[in-house]
Amino acid sequence: VSAVAVWVICLPLAGGTLAFLLGRRLGRALGIATALGTPVLSVWLASEVWEGGPGRYALGGWGAPLGIDLYADGLSATMLLATAAVGAAGTLYSLGYFRHPLGGEGWSEVDVFWPLWLVLWASLNALFLSADVFNLYVTLELVTLSSIGLILLAKEPVARTAAMRYLLAGFLASLAYLMGVALLYAAFDTLDIHTLGQRLTPAAVSSVAAALITLSLALKTALFPLHFWLPRAHASAPGPVSAVLSALVIKASFYLLIRLWFELFPAAVTPAAGQLVGTLAAGAIIWGSLQAIRQRRLKLLIAHSTVAQIGYLFLLIPLAAPIEGSPAVGPPPWGFDAWSGGVCHAVSHALAKAAMFMAAGTVIHALGSDRIRDMRGIAGRLPMTTFTLGLAGMTLIGLPPSGGFVAKWLLLSAALASGQWWWTLVIVAGGLLAMGYVFRVLGQAFLQPEGDDKIQPVPRVMELTSLAMALGSVLLGLRPVELLLLLGIGSPLAAGAIP
Amino acid sequence: MSQFLIYSVASVALFCVGLYGLIVRPHLLRKILALNVMASGVFLLLVSVARRNWTEFADPVPHAMVLTGIVVAVSTTALALALARSIQAETGRTSLGEEDDAP
Repeated sequence: VSAVAVWVICLPLAGGTLAFLLGRRLGRALGIATALGTPVLSVWLASEVWEGGPGRYALGGWGAPLGIDLYADGLSATMLLATAAVGAAGTLYSLGYFRHPLGGEGWSEVDVFWPLWLVLWASLNALFLSADVFNLYVTLELVTLSSIGLILLAKEPVARTAAMRYLLAGFLASLAYLMGVALLYAAFDTLDIHTLGQRLTPAAVSSVAAALITLSLALKTALFPLHFWLPRAHASAPGPVSAVLSALVIKASFYLLIRLWFELFPAAVTPAAGQLVGTLAAGAIIWGSLQAIRQRRLKLLIAHSTVAQIGYLFLLIPLAAPIEGSPAVGPPPWGFDAWSGGVCHAVSHALAKAAMFMAAGTVIHALGSDRIRDMRGIAGRLPMTTFTLGLAGMTLIGLPPSGGFVAKWLLLSAALASGQWWWTLVIVAGGLLAMGYVFRVLGQAFLQPEGDDKIQPVPRVMELTSLAMALGSVLLGLRPVELLLLLGIGSPLAAGAIP
Repeated sequence: MSQFLIYSVASVALFCVGLYGLIVRPHLLRKILALNVMASGVFLLLVSVARRNWTEFADPVPHAMVLTGIVVAVSTTALALALARSIQAETGRTSLGEEDDAP
């Protein structure tokens, strides 16, 4: 790939730094310009991957093993595009959400929002493009620290404790990851993923490193039962921040997990380890959905639904990894279905969950509360936002023709092809439970309103961007072919796929 | 080689002591300190990895990793301490407390 791989990281990084230095008015203008320029570079890079296949970029002309390489394949390009879509929509949404007088003295959250937002974006892009396990550690830390800064823009005290809990969990996870990296380097003398993958042998040290790294990334992605920090942290953040946290930040550590699990650890993990991850994923789907149904506040309901949807992501691990009795060499024939189903779910969930959190921010703006009881009758007063909640809910349930349906279809067919029928029960039960919490919200929205309290007028741009995200998550299901072809570029599992 | 073994066992011990402290101690400052003890364990392992083959020169890559790791740990600790102070200023508590788990 060309040097655009560097610019897609450097542009938001430079924009964020300058936005911090230039002050409120200029900083905001620069922030908006950068946030709208970065998606162009992401699309450019993705089209290079689409046409030229996976590629490396040696930073400063120093290739691996001496230097640090950037690497882009179909998976990285897909995650970059999802980040670009959610990032651009979140940027437009926050123009309506944070409305401050641009003059005036004293601190305001808009002073730090743009720098943190752009640094988060830059570190996400860097994470999706790094091909070096230590570089990935640094980008993971940047993602966590800038996310916590963004959560702290919320003024409520509950956001402080939620952010603290997230910070402690994130710090622990990063240390476990670094310990795993140290063990891998001690045993195999390299940090480059591809070289490391070739050198890795089944040994005790590989298994311990794989276990440490898997645990660390499961904690960062909030896989049940390590999800304790997620609901409050995601629910108490400001609207556009919640959207990005649930849509992208947890996907970053998930992306890293599947990259390492299928490119680095095949020699170190056993089928039993895959089944263990699958069991936790099943626990996440059931527990998260049941908790979501219990919630009385919209944002907490959506955050618990994220816990449940994370389960579907992790189901790809038992489904795509070799099991007892699968061919000894090469990936299993159903592997690519399961793998692309999981990634497809990550993308459609990113769009749908961003739409839902943005819609929840709109509801809070309009009603001053996110109690589900108070949402009685909003269908008449906020029709576009109600429609958004419905469309995004469709993806979460997995109704055709949404992107969630395609993802679940791929996961189901992989489960049946591999003979692991027990996971189909979980996938179907999760869809039914999702219907439970989506219709709790929609049911309330369509009730006759009590009295006719006036609602706060809502900036049009907030409603429109969340609707665009929800439409995207549904339209993805109508035309998933390009996404699957893009994912196949450079995928370690594509070799086993039936064309 | 036996020296490398001593250092690596010590680093794993530090890691485990820190993990125990993080889980058991409710006070936020103690939790932050426990995480730093864990970090020291990881850094000790990296530093000793640099000399594991006992050649004339130490391997510079783990040294670079330790330096970067220390920078990351210092910034995270600074953010955590600032956050702990602001929690104490706002709520008077020095622990996370029982989160109101009401839905």
